[in-house]
Amino acid sequence: MERLTEIRWHGRGGQGAVTAAKLVAETALKQDKYFQASPEYGPERMGAPIQAFTRISSQPISIHCAVTNPNIVVVLDKTLLSVVNVTEGLDPDGALVINTDMTPAEVRSSFSIEGHRIFTVDANKIAVESIGKAIPNTPMLGALLKATGIMDIDKVAEHIRDSFGKKFSREIIDGNVAALTRAYREVRSE
Amino acid sequence: MPKTVALTGNSACAQAMRQINPDVVAAYPITPQTTIVEEFSTFVAKGLVDTEYVTVESEHSAMSACVGASAAGSRVMTTTSSQGLALMWEVLYIASALRLPIVMHNVNRTLSGPINIHCDHQDSMGARDSGWIQIFCEDAQEAYDTTIQAIRIAEDNRVRLPVMICFDGFIISHAIDRLDLLDDEVVKKFVGDFEPLISLLDTEKPVTVGPFDGLYGYFFEFRRAQELATLGSLPVIAEVGKEFGEVSGRHYGLFEPYKLEDAELAVVVMGSTAGTAKFVVDQLRENGVAAGVLKIRSYRPFPAREIAEALSGVKAIAAMDRSLAPGAIGAPVFQEIRSALYDNSARVPVIDYIYGLGGRDVPPAHIEKVFSHLAQIAKSGKIDQVVNYLGLKE
Amino acid sequence: MSWDIKSIKKWKVADHPVGSTIPVGGNALEYKTGGWRSEQPHWLEDRCTHCMICWIFCPDSSIQVKDGKMLGIDYDHCKGCGICATECPKDAIHMEEEEK
Repeated sequence: MERLTEIRWHGRGGQGAVTAAKLVAETALKQDKYFQASPEYGPERMGAPIQAFTRISSQPISIHCAVTNPNIVVVLDKTLLSVVNVTEGLDPDGALVINTDMTPAEVRSSFSIEGHRIFTVDANKIAVESIGKAIPNTPMLGALLKATGIMDIDKVAEHIRDSFGKKFSREIIDGNVAALTRAYREVRSE
Repeated sequence: MPKTVALTGNSACAQAMRQINPDVVAAYPITPQTTIVEEFSTFVAKGLVDTEYVTVESEHSAMSACVGASAAGSRVMTTTSSQGLALMWEVLYIASALRLPIVMHNVNRTLSGPINIHCDHQDSMGARDSGWIQIFCEDAQEAYDTTIQAIRIAEDNRVRLPVMICFDGFIISHAIDRLDLLDDEVVKKFVGDFEPLISLLDTEKPVTVGPFDGLYGYFFEFRRAQELATLGSLPVIAEVGKEFGEVSGRHYGLFEPYKLEDAELAVVVMGSTAGTAKFVVDQLRENGVAAGVLKIRSYRPFPAREIAEALSGVKAIAAMDRSLAPGAIGAPVFQEIRSALYDNSARVPVIDYIYGLGGRDVPPAHIEKVFSHLAQIAKSGKIDQVVNYLGLKE
Repeated sequence: MSWDIKSIKKWKVADHPVGSTIPVGGNALEYKTGGWRSEQPHWLEDRCTHCMICWIFCPDSSIQVKDGKMLGIDYDHCKGCGICATECPKDAIHMEEEEK
């Protein structure tokens, strides 16, 4: 793992981008890593484009600013591709993980993306089928883990069981873990 | 055993408040402070603390209730931000004049207008002459640690002054960070029991608090006595920081020098940007640039003599200000630094960099720019521009 | 520290108690407000029924009373507001010009 991995999350208010950024940070703690997870606060409304940032490192992190040159960009909503420049500042070798039913090649040609490694997964479909709601954050987390190998999926699943346990029913927790692992398997690369 | 956790800066401070278990908290929610009071009020509701939580209708009332509760002999805490601090303004002066050891978080956010809820230090600067001790924190760990230390500083008999713990809104308050929490018992022992100097409720020893100086003319002498207490808190802040280090392994001083011993170029900064500046210094050092950072922790009182000494060896200094002082020569940190250095025998060039107003992001590239400006000044010995603006579209 | 209001005008910076406090009770007695009067109440003892209405109304606790009987007026603290004279149902208090 690199000294500092920086992730930028693009989503719409209500899709759980902040929760996903938080889950990654909390799981990093279990692996004795250092991290920061920060939402970019603005006039938040359901459906409005939002960003969140996660930093992970094996060293303490002293930097306190927005992530402008991420190693990884996660897009929770394919409709953002035509609204937001999701590849802005993304490392040329960086990973772009998108929630869409398109293949990476289709995304690349439709949106004229050059460089980067593109990964896609139909997280909405997985979320609806596993959790019963189109909240794509946990399947996108699964796709991210597969695409980047930043953390062990079993550790993340374990953390979801631990942290969701206080707030949600068994059914919802199982659904989220199922969505996580299914997206991990189904993510498509180029 | 200390516990390593993933918490936002606000949650970390709420945990510190839980561990301190103050007698009274009177607070009014305001973004980005809200989650501190929100979490703390759940601790009250769950019976995890013995605190009397006073819900109030404004920050003016919050601070007034704190003043009353503290004068009655309670250990009192509150938290606020921005417009809330501004609304407390007149009562802040009363709290400090009555020498009430109230401890308050101020989650730094600018003052409107236009409406903006993001970070800068303008709110704290408005209260810098209110007689409160102001300690600025870099990250969630420091905000947590300083909350615990603030109780001891405020309640020390040599001090007996209110303490404001300042940390950056959203950047620290809402970011999840890794930090270590002390055991509840360790915090309880460290803060100890509160022994009030006076209590309005002690009928055996009746007192009058803050009486009218209409005819006697003692106000000037009284205020000077208060100022002396503020200055006298410097060694206490240092002592408590050291003692906290013995308990936690994390040592704190009046300010933090970072790679300053052999530095030629130095940036003086408060709050979260100090962390980004350290990151930049590490990179510059790899390229052979003798860069360093001086992070101010105690802004009020300002450890002028100690800071002047720490900066005596450098060739060029940039003070970084996350606030404006319209019409003044530069902003407050710059004024303070340049004034502190005036008595040094060598005249080191000092410039001001105003940055990050209204939450404007400060990436490492901006701080690199400051250092290259300093390198230029160190080389030529001449200051081209005293007051500069970082990341401003002009 | 001991509190002596008579010397407060001479207090130096170091003499002030912490937090602007008066650390003893009942010291309002030492602050004589009688000099503020322009009119002085006069008590006509033979008309007085000791009903205590003046004592209830006096804002400066300047009606001297012992064992339920009025004794007179505390001119060290009476500010001459005349409330006692107005309220007295027996016309037993009269306001007269203060003799300076």
